Amino acid sequence: MSGREVVVCATGTANLASVFAGLKRAGGVPRMAQSADDITEAGHVMLPGVGSFGAAMAALDKSGMTAPLRARIVLGKPTLSICVGLQLFGRSSEESPGAVGLGIVDAPVTRFPETVRVPQFGWNDVSADPGCHVVQDGFAYFANSFRMTEAPAGWSPAMADHGGPFVAAMEKGSVVACQFHPELSGAYGQGLLKRWIDLPC
Amino acid sequence: MLTARVIPCLDVNSGRVVKGVRFQGLRDAGDPVELSMSYERQGADELVMLDVSATPEGRGNALVTVAAVRQELGIPLTVGGGVRKAADAGALLEAGADKVAANTAAVTRPELLTEIADHFGSQCAIVAIDAARKAEGDGWEVVTLSGKNRTGMDAIGWAREAVERGAGEILLTSWDRDGTRSGYDTDLLQAVSDSVHVPVIASGGAAKPEHLIEALQSGADAVLAASIFHDGDYTVGDIKRVMAAAGIPTRLDLTADTP
Repeated sequence: MSGREVVVCATGTANLASVFAGLKRAGGVPRMAQSADDITEAGHVMLPGVGSFGAAMAALDKSGMTAPLRARIVLGKPTLSICVGLQLFGRSSEESPGAVGLGIVDAPVTRFPETVRVPQFGWNDVSADPGCHVVQDGFAYFANSFRMTEAPAGWSPAMADHGGPFVAAMEKGSVVACQFHPELSGAYGQGLLKRWIDLPC
Repeated sequence: MLTARVIPCLDVNSGRVVKGVRFQGLRDAGDPVELSMSYERQGADELVMLDVSATPEGRGNALVTVAAVRQELGIPLTVGGGVRKAADAGALLEAGADKVAANTAAVTRPELLTEIADHFGSQCAIVAIDAARKAEGDGWEVVTLSGKNRTGMDAIGWAREAVERGAGEILLTSWDRDGTRSGYDTDLLQAVSDSVHVPVIASGGAAKPEHLIEALQSGADAVLAASIFHDGDYTVGDIKRVMAAAGIPTRLDLTADTP
């Protein structure tokens, strides 16, 4: 048990019980962010993601957490972003026209094609780039209708396929973004959470 | 690529897992937390927990059970039973469910699905449809209240409407097959999965691995079963090895595979 604190950033309607339980099983000590300063000062920050792109950004903007979150990602501080949390790294999404994302990467977020079931619910085969250290090859659990199709420059991607390749995860230093839900991905996900929690602050 | 899901179902009554044919004659089948963990170790891809409690006290226990399972369980959990308004769904999600299934209340008041989808997202809003072959003519009708009420409502039409109203997934139970161990109703599965774009979970009638494979080859994206797992006839791993051998995309990186 590392017993390391993880500050969880509220985005409205996330599956917080699953996130908290998953972090605890991986040796973390989760607590909710109380203020924007929390996001700046915390060693580890997690951005859980359930809900739409627009609603999640609106929640971050309202709580004043958008700027400190963007800053710690740019600085490379340990940050783990999940599901729509990965999509928020982009500038915009087909899901919420007009909503402005964090703009960390320049990659469009689009809906899966009509040729496959949407939402994507279930376990998909993730292939991690050799540059990935936190994300590994294996099966991870996804629940999403939108995705990035191209890995952004400067990030080590992990890819999966649902009606064509999409970004299953990407990482750069201590910043990791997963389209899948590590907290729901069994032993695979727990291993990922533990590797991220164990990163030095 | 995306793999087919195998989903054990726990019927829970006042904090204990129970089993029965057509929801009648319930017998005790174990502790929900122990069973959940066992199924995760065997390679279950998700779990569904249906609260079949008939009393308000039993319903209160359901939240406690969900919270207890959530602390240990590392795979997705769908919970259904007694979801009548968005606040009911919210309480289950807060306790640790990842998805919430609405059945009778959604038939009575279809706006419920929209309310759940608006509050929590379509990925949380599951519609559970119990369908039975129509007594006269072709097709299937929706049944509610644990089979007591035959609505006359066309099951395919209801599936389409439920998705339009915000349901992100369909849990489709054949009332003719449930508890009979005679295999899923593959005609029903094919008809519903051809009619909607969201994933369909097959339920009702599984007794052997071949039944699950038939369902997946008939358009289902996932297969749900209860008694074949509770009775110890097969582990989830047993089923998944047969699925993989039949060429069905299957997650087989199982860490352990014992009941």
